[in-house]
Amino acid sequence: MLSQFFPTDLSLGIAQAVIAAIISLLVLLLSYWQRLSMEKEIFIALIRALVQILAVGAVLVFILQGPLWLGVIILLLMMWMAAREAARRVSGIPGAVRVTFYGIFLGSGAVLVVMTFLGVIKWQLESMIPVGSMVISGGMNACALALDRFRGEVESHTGQIEAGLCLGAESEKAVMPYVQKAFRSSLIPRINALRALGIVWIPGLMSGMLLAGSDPVIAALYQFVVMAMIFVASSLSAFISLHLIRRYIFSEADQLLLQSKHQLQK
Amino acid sequence: MDQIPVLELQALGREAQGKLLVADINLAVMPGEVLAITGASGAGKTSLLRLLNRLDEPTWGTVLLDGEDYRHMEVSALRRKVGMLLQQAYLFPGTVAENLRFGPLQQGKHISDDEVDKLLERVGLQGFAGTNVSRISGGEAQRVSLARTLANDPRILLLDEPTSSLDEANRLSVEDLILDVIHHNGMSCVIVTHDLAQAARMADRVLVLEAGRMLKVGSPRKVLHA
Ligand SMILES: Nc1ncnc2c1ncn2[C@@H]1O[C@H](COP(=O)(O)OP(=O)(O)OP(=O)(O)O)[C@@H](O)[C@H]1O
Ligand SMILES: [Mg+2]
Repeated sequence: MLSQFFPTDLSLGIAQAVIAAIISLLVLLLSYWQRLSMEKEIFIALIRALVQILAVGAVLVFILQGPLWLGVIILLLMMWMAAREAARRVSGIPGAVRVTFYGIFLGSGAVLVVMTFLGVIKWQLESMIPVGSMVISGGMNACALALDRFRGEVESHTGQIEAGLCLGAESEKAVMPYVQKAFRSSLIPRINALRALGIVWIPGLMSGMLLAGSDPVIAALYQFVVMAMIFVASSLSAFISLHLIRRYIFSEADQLLLQSKHQLQK
Repeated sequence: MDQIPVLELQALGREAQGKLLVADINLAVMPGEVLAITGASGAGKTSLLRLLNRLDEPTWGTVLLDGEDYRHMEVSALRRKVGMLLQQAYLFPGTVAENLRFGPLQQGKHISDDEVDKLLERVGLQGFAGTNVSRISGGEAQRVSLARTLANDPRILLLDEPTSSLDEANRLSVEDLILDVIHHNGMSCVIVTHDLAQAARMADRVLVLEAGRMLKVGSPRKVLHA
């Protein structure tokens, strides 16, 4: 109906955004009516989302015309930001950024390189950047989950770990059960996502392709490919960062450096 | 009769996070000797004990094990030779037998069922091999922990308040058990305890720590009744 009044793509897009904003304002009224005192927050969040996503769109206009190496640089930058975000979520481990960066860089990077080489990801910015960002953020979440769980497990099992060391176990052996637990817990959300794929939710990528008029079967296949890439990148990133962090928490002489909070307070 | 000490602490000390935990400890432990470390809470007893199997790193000084600087030894071999019992048992999930097998397995040695039974008999837990550790009492757990350490056949036993979490009856029987094992195997022993009567019962010599430093050292009678 709108398209009758707005003949160009851009004007149609703007009109759609305005309508979406008006609908969102209903929530604002609801908030006012229910005295949630959240009107200001809601208003700012809406404006902010619009400005941010428009800015990204505008930047992409330029980037997508740029050379391919720009895409590589952008992906590296994304990995660095992802590493910092993952490290921030597990504060308290010294050198965490290095660990998360290597994890994400090697884990997600390997998947991106192999898939681009095989042609599954097209050697084009339109394909590299969005797929790359999904794969990298998968790696980031898995790293953060794995490391957070690992730190928790180690902190609550310092006694068992040191008992192992006292019996002549090498540090890697003494923390192995906790590496396994952390790895397992980082895989669970991804496995659940695979399990629910298509039944409980149709993810953004496939929805987008459908909206853009792709054949549903093609869209489904590509969605599966991307999910699988995210799955592999997440697992590799978590695995690599766990095996790195395992060394950071011990000294050269197999002494546990990360002490439980309980012990430090005592 | 000149013997080399099994353990020789040389100007041993440690600080952590800017805090002095232990300082300037010079002491020799002779073969077969039982040394008790006592002192007020926070005096640095645990901190000192943890330096003896290099579970923590000395900031100053070193320890000689049979005359050899322990920093030149492989750390897992050192810790097998100098076995340590922590304040709690900290058993690994699984059966009692799996716990006993853990130490030798670290060097690729699998100990037989017979040997497991022998170790359990030594600590008074005949028939416990297949029992899951979630089903045993605190006193039994501390015995399993002792047997687990003995499976490595250590020369020296370090004990951090091994009976403090036990009730009176268990305390005396675990104490007797430890003395029996030490004498039977000809081991030396360093035991941390804040129980002066226990120190007097068990030790050949007593070291009293205060704020990380040696206050007194000597025979139990001299040190504890002075
Ligand atoms: N890693 C550490 N960093 C900073 N301070 C520590 C550390 N470990 C221990 N301390 C502090 O050093 C002091 C000595 O601790 P330690 O555990 O050796 O005492 P203790 O004599 O064994 O006491 P207790 O009888 O209560 O077990 C305490 O004040 C403790 O808080
Ligand atoms: Mg202590």
